Amino acid sequence: MIAALARPQVGLRVLGALYLLLAAPPLRTSLEATMSGHMLVQIPLLAAIGFVACRLLPEQRQERLLAAGGGAVPYVVLAVFASTWWMLPRALDDALASPTVEAAKFVSLPALVGLPLALAWRRLGPIGRGFVWTNFISMLAVLGWLYIAAPLRVCNSYLVDQQESAGWLMVKLALLLFAAWLGSLFVGGGGSPALSAAEHVAPRSAQSRDCGPERD
Amino acid sequence: MSAAVRSVVLTVLVTVLGTGAFWWGTDGFSAFTAETARRADILRAPRPLPAAVLEDQDGRVFRLDDYRGRLLAVEFIYTRCTTICRSLGMAFKQIRDRVPPDALGREVALLSISFDPERDDPASLKAYGSGHGADGEHWRIARVRDAAQLQALLEAFGVVVIADRFGGFEHNAAIHLVARDGRLVEISDLEAPLQFAQKLAEAL
Repeated sequence: MIAALARPQVGLRVLGALYLLLAAPPLRTSLEATMSGHMLVQIPLLAAIGFVACRLLPEQRQERLLAAGGGAVPYVVLAVFASTWWMLPRALDDALASPTVEAAKFVSLPALVGLPLALAWRRLGPIGRGFVWTNFISMLAVLGWLYIAAPLRVCNSYLVDQQESAGWLMVKLALLLFAAWLGSLFVGGGGSPALSAAEHVAPRSAQSRDCGPERD
Repeated sequence: MSAAVRSVVLTVLVTVLGTGAFWWGTDGFSAFTAETARRADILRAPRPLPAAVLEDQDGRVFRLDDYRGRLLAVEFIYTRCTTICRSLGMAFKQIRDRVPPDALGREVALLSISFDPERDDPASLKAYGSGHGADGEHWRIARVRDAAQLQALLEAFGVVVIADRFGGFEHNAAIHLVARDGRLVEISDLEAPLQFAQKLAEAL
């Protein structure tokens, strides 16, 4: 898989196929049938597709995009806003009720969450990466807890027990990610567990430039 | 523009746009769920309801439009429901008891609509009604037999019904107020029947 992704053409084709598969009715409806499938499988996968696709772009183009967007910080802020949006219960309901919102979900998650994160990631130091991780993990934990503790159904489209199981999964995932991230601080020196695979995709030659000062 | 300035400017821009998007998308940070959004939306813009033919607990056929000129409280139920519809029934009873007797029927009516017409025949509707203290005149229990009409009605009210694993349903339960002109004007929590009764009294 990694070897295949290393060749951009093949990798992009694989990603495109995965994207189409996710968008096609059978997989789309089955993932959206449960709250956990919707929030914890479909949405992260869409963001991941954008992330990996960005890494497959030619090095110069990534650099140009990064420069055009004003460096890492604006991209991270963009990704935080866009990913938070799709954690709102209302956004989930809207995506199921309206084809326009559904389409917006399929476009915005790769383009406004995965891609900007991938662009920014290599420029981020340990503190920046720590911010992204802790922000994401705490959001996941708090939201999961709300879903468990909420006396009401927050999504009209999902049953209460689905909401609860999604909540528990989110809390567990948050704990797991926190442990993995903490572990990686000691072992990998500030890397990240989930993204380390994607790191391999990026040519190592870029690393030297990462640490250098920003040129104007 | 230097890289640092550019970065700051774009960060501010993204933050402003992002906050604006959230403001717009959550009705000013007030509606984070589709349910609160639906209620806020209807308060802002009362919604016309589609024509629907109903059948009540005595098998009488009537139209939703027949209630024009009166205030109508509407709830959605299914008769085998053992949980939330109970609370709905109790809330409806409390509302009915607080409507001035001379206004009941003439000015105000109550209607429980079943979204399970397959199984809720007039007999089960009647049983549900008598179980909750409905008189079958000023408070009728009815079903919409035509599936397309029922769907249109549920959509207009914003009621989402999904089957649970036990052969029942989960649905967003609330008390709906239909004004004299036949438009849906307000949706209240079923935990606040007294406030709803208060609003009815004010509208009389």
